[in-house]
Amino acid sequence: MKLGNILSQKKSTIVKKWFDSVAKTYAEDTAKFLKNQADPFANPVGGSLSTGLEALMDELIQGMHRETIVSFLDPIIRIRAVQAFTPSKATAFIFKLKQVIRQSIAGELKEKEIADELLTFEIKIDELALIAFDIYVECREKIYELQANEMKNRTYSAFKRANLVSEIE
Amino acid sequence: MSDELLKPDELIANIEPAPPRKGWMDTPINIRKGMYCYASNHKSVASLDLPNARPWNPLEDDWKLPENWKDIIFNGFRERLDKFRSFKVFMDICVRCGACADKCHFFIGSGDPKNMPVLRAELLRSIYRNDFTTAGKVFGKMVGAREMTMDVLKEWWYYLFQCTECRRCSVFCPYGIDTAEITIMGRELLNLLGLNIDWIATPIANCNRTGNHLGIQPHAFKDMLDFFVEDIEEITGITVEPQYNKKGADILFITPSGDVFADPGTYTCMGYMLYFHFLKEKYGLDVTWSTYASEGGNFGLFTSHEMMKRLNSKMYAEAKRLGVKWILGGECGHMWRVINQYMDTMNGPTDFMEEPVSPITGTKFENAKSTKMVHIAEFTADLIKHGKLDLDKSRNDHLKVTFHDSCNPARAMGMLDEPRYVINNVCNHFYEMPSNTIREQTFCCGSGAGLNAGENLELRMMGGLPRANAVKHVHEKYGVNTLSCVCAIDRAALPPLMEYWVPEVEVNGLHEMVANALIIPGENERTTDLRGEPLAGMEGDDVE
Repeated sequence: MKLGNILSQKKSTIVKKWFDSVAKTYAEDTAKFLKNQADPFANPVGGSLSTGLEALMDELIQGMHRETIVSFLDPIIRIRAVQAFTPSKATAFIFKLKQVIRQSIAGELKEKEIADELLTFEIKIDELALIAFDIYVECREKIYELQANEMKNRTYSAFKRANLVSEIE
Repeated sequence: MSDELLKPDELIANIEPAPPRKGWMDTPINIRKGMYCYASNHKSVASLDLPNARPWNPLEDDWKLPENWKDIIFNGFRERLDKFRSFKVFMDICVRCGACADKCHFFIGSGDPKNMPVLRAELLRSIYRNDFTTAGKVFGKMVGAREMTMDVLKEWWYYLFQCTECRRCSVFCPYGIDTAEITIMGRELLNLLGLNIDWIATPIANCNRTGNHLGIQPHAFKDMLDFFVEDIEEITGITVEPQYNKKGADILFITPSGDVFADPGTYTCMGYMLYFHFLKEKYGLDVTWSTYASEGGNFGLFTSHEMMKRLNSKMYAEAKRLGVKWILGGECGHMWRVINQYMDTMNGPTDFMEEPVSPITGTKFENAKSTKMVHIAEFTADLIKHGKLDLDKSRNDHLKVTFHDSCNPARAMGMLDEPRYVINNVCNHFYEMPSNTIREQTFCCGSGAGLNAGENLELRMMGGLPRANAVKHVHEKYGVNTLSCVCAIDRAALPPLMEYWVPEVEVNGLHEMVANALIIPGENERTTDLRGEPLAGMEGDDVE
């Protein structure tokens, strides 16, 4: 578990770089705002990213509890599912973590044991991406469901108002 | 968005998600599905004699504009600069300090810089500089000026309909620039070319024709209230008898038609009916509904000042026809911006009504001295203050409530404490959201100013994120399950917003809770609230 210790030590740097890479998916001025506004109510996107990414890193290092992962990943994906991203762009930040980690521990990676451990660790990042995929689809389905329900309710009310439906008493 | 799926080779080429790094003037407009509302129906536009009624589609290159459209915009701009001093001042005095930049819910939620209020205003200012200032004419882009083009016009349309005119940005502007007024002017200019959205154009056409946005005819309006009479009787055993178009009534009541026809606003409407019944039985309060002035809201505000005036005029006309003493207004958002800020100069002052005085407490509503129209939350708060309502707060014990300050009552009329006073007197469990998300700093529902359509749901979800995020906080911290508000658009917009971001929270109106708590002489023992949900402690009972 050498890798786990190294990642724990470098966690704050890695999470910061990971955050920066997500911020870069937005326009320059927006990225600045996401990074600098610390109040989570004034900056809910940045807030859910900073809380979420750190917690996800903890899960990757310590164990993969799906419920915990979903609780932190859901708010991030839920936001990106309605923003101007394609599905790939909305979730690509997860794979970005591989690059961030490899850059952050480039020296240590020369050791074969750590390099081997990293390959296993990266499988966990892939699992994270799959969970993100589930959440993304769930969010999109919810959007369509909301649209369908709004339309259904409107049509039903119109029929009801026109006395065109007869309900079971 | 999943409907923009790329092919594998495009996917690989596009996987690096960094956006282009260009200046805002050089970032091309991309009208994205989910972010815009359908174009105005030409029949609605024609029925109001508004310009350039024709079918058109924002996604097509040709917007079917008159050949001289640039002249129309130029002249319209000049006319408004001359007519509205505030518009001219707002065009000139912005120093681009950025105080407003990160205060807009659409910017916070979407991350699109053109949703920064300063930049949204720059869309118009850049043309203003080019066409109306010497510096702009001489130095052009160097001083932030640019020529009007079709792309600029499309950008106006796209972003001016991504502003809910909520005025949160103006709270933070050191110069007091009201960016909502810039949006209002921009939309007026767009309307000169027939560039409205249908969620506004058809409601105003309806309102002009039948008196309300939904196009409900008088008999259907009455039918709907009659349904509520039956529901109320089932729940309370009380038969309420609403009065319609009663000449000589003391008070005319006007509320948004959304409360009459759209859940969950309908429960607020039932609340009003039960409340008026109580006041009539106990104090003889004589209130009438109108099937003509059957709309409190005014989507004319989102179209042009002329249209706003035209639709608003029915309130005073009906008050005069019925000969009432004053008008009581229901829970609505933008309706109160129109009443509080514009009605008196547009269609008033009236000489046929009295200064509003509560016949029960004798309180004079000084703030409504000129308009003659009182907000129901103020009226109720006054009754509670004088101990005139018999209330059982425990009937709302199944609700853990937080309060969403609707933008216009909060920022356009300063009504901050009255609803809270009422809530605290009808509920035992009330929790505030964080201070930078309520009162003057309240976050918009994301669907105001005519944007509560179905086709722009992504926009609405993004715009409502800051509000939902604060609700989620109080839900997780205190177990809040109810988001209360005093606005009919909120009651239509917030339920889907909650369903997406905080599905455990339901939305209600202030007077729904008032009526839940109100002890009415002769009523049956209440086992459910107005929605038929069991009261706390009654969950196990067989509710028939």
